[in-house]
Amino acid sequence: MTVFVIRRFLQSIAVLIVTAVIVFIGIYAIGDPAEMLIAPDASPAERAQVVASLGLDKPLWEQFFTFAWNALHGDLGRSFVFNRPSIALIFERLPATLELTLTGLVFALVLGIPLGLVSGLKPNSPTDEVIMTGSIFGFSLPSFWQGMMLIMIFSVWLGWLPSTGRGQMGEFLGIRSSLFTLDGLTHLILPAINLSLFKLSLVIRLTRTGVRETMPLDFVKFARAKGVSERRIVFVHVFKNILIPLITVIGLELGSMLAFAVVTETIFAWPGIGKLLIDSIMRLDRPVVVAYLLVIVSLFIFINFVVDVLYSLVDPRVRLGGAQ
Amino acid sequence: MTPVLEVKNLSTHFMTRRGVLKAVDDVSFTVGEREIVGLVGESGSGKSITGFSILGLVDPPGRVVSGQILFNGEDLLTKSPTAMRAIRGKRIAMIFQDPMMTLNPVLSVATQMIETVQAHDRVSRAEARARSRDALGLVGIPSPEERLDSYPHQFSGGMRQRVAIAIALLHRPDLIIADEPTTALDVTIQSQILFEIKRLAAEFGMALIWISHDLGVVAALADRIMVMYAGRIVEAGQVDGVLTAPRHPYTSGLLSAVPAAVPRGEPLRPIPGFAPSPLSRPSGCAFRDRCARATDLCATEPMLEIAAGREFRCFHPHLWSAA
Repeated sequence: MTVFVIRRFLQSIAVLIVTAVIVFIGIYAIGDPAEMLIAPDASPAERAQVVASLGLDKPLWEQFFTFAWNALHGDLGRSFVFNRPSIALIFERLPATLELTLTGLVFALVLGIPLGLVSGLKPNSPTDEVIMTGSIFGFSLPSFWQGMMLIMIFSVWLGWLPSTGRGQMGEFLGIRSSLFTLDGLTHLILPAINLSLFKLSLVIRLTRTGVRETMPLDFVKFARAKGVSERRIVFVHVFKNILIPLITVIGLELGSMLAFAVVTETIFAWPGIGKLLIDSIMRLDRPVVVAYLLVIVSLFIFINFVVDVLYSLVDPRVRLGGAQ
Repeated sequence: MTPVLEVKNLSTHFMTRRGVLKAVDDVSFTVGEREIVGLVGESGSGKSITGFSILGLVDPPGRVVSGQILFNGEDLLTKSPTAMRAIRGKRIAMIFQDPMMTLNPVLSVATQMIETVQAHDRVSRAEARARSRDALGLVGIPSPEERLDSYPHQFSGGMRQRVAIAIALLHRPDLIIADEPTTALDVTIQSQILFEIKRLAAEFGMALIWISHDLGVVAALADRIMVMYAGRIVEAGQVDGVLTAPRHPYTSGLLSAVPAAVPRGEPLRPIPGFAPSPLSRPSGCAFRDRCARATDLCATEPMLEIAAGREFRCFHPHLWSAA
């Protein structure tokens, strides 16, 4: 286990370095941030002064090593636009995205697993057909369109739910979040649904496939022959086996939800990191973009690590390693 | 002696898209108290489905379409699902063919045994665990207390089958249905398991239905033997009688295909042809296309004849001087 953790840690560092290099070069290639930052009527002297103050006059490799050296000391640079530490900008907005993503994930699981179970246990029944057709919509309708439709129906026509912003935030155990006020919750519902519809369909299908694959296995029949109740068979025997693929996919998807909450955040003007990223890319605010990606990559690595640990909890074959 | 199990005219059909598949067709037999009955036949002859029909575990599109299954005088086919669940594992237990597949890979042996105890008896976890441990000891698993917390993948095939047998024994059932439990094991383990099951059945006074395609195994174990072909029992009787003086040509064909029955150096004598597809069985005797003794008469359905404790379905049975 220790060896595993150490190896994983070294791999993660390599991934972080490579990401940093690629993003650094990529943003450099897109354009010169000085063009965006400096007023067109500035004199050449003013211009040179700003460029020098941002360190943009140095060659790329020198800029990178300055950045890397500072990064090792915990400083990921200052935003060109806001003139504040980029990491602070990100952590300021990360909670909003986490709150949105986790709510979306919980929504996908709480709804998706039961629907998948119902579907898988009664294949080809009318209920199954309805659920499956619904999940096709979830898969195939583009996220931005779904978002706009949600706003049109629930905000514009029905007027039930607000369509923009995070609403009022409450504080609980020192965490400020929209989850703790009624107003915040009403603001959260639409974006969370929008973000989770695709994952919901995925969870439904994974669960259904798992049930369909596991139910005909001998151990299920043997459990029946033992006189074990059907409920226990589904929720213990079958469910524990389905959890293995489910955890894998959810782990991967949680990372992508965090990273690609961009679309949802843009539609619902949700002040999360996705929106920050888009704005920063537009303004070529390199320190923020690099810091954002490093944070996201770290989150991915962390989630994958948690998934591996969960595996060993769910599947004894992983924990104990092979047959004797 | 009242029979433990009395199966009367059981038919189990599968309603498939390509037609009705008669997996079990008008099968009748009885199993007496403490009796060991061998049910033999080739793959697809309906022997496993007979076993599943008794437990009410036939999966759709299969369905028991007619007949009676009297267990201690009560018809199992009229029981509610809840009542059947109370019987399964408690009064009738089953052991499956492949021990690699019968235990749930993600649940510990203790979990899988304790749930079996608690499915039928209201006892504490500790009590259920103690009973599970004793059952493991009974089937010859060393240091059962530690092994309880192991997972199936930590056991060998033979040991897993012992665990499955221990689970079947937990409630000391009146009847155990063993569906080829030694087929997937290697020969040395096979004979150990056979010996254990025979000992335990005798010790606890359990009746046993042993489903197998291995005549040698059945000869060593069973009191009576039933030979199934194409969904029907074609011959039944005491093991010694059926194996030394078979009346049905299919039984004699099976016997002469066994390696030990043929002198060394001579080729084995397989039965010519293949078993008919269960979707398109010929009318009359299903074996007639492969039978050297068949005549035009065989196109009509042979009735079950009972002679000297032997039952068979054939118009042209072998005649033996003793019979």
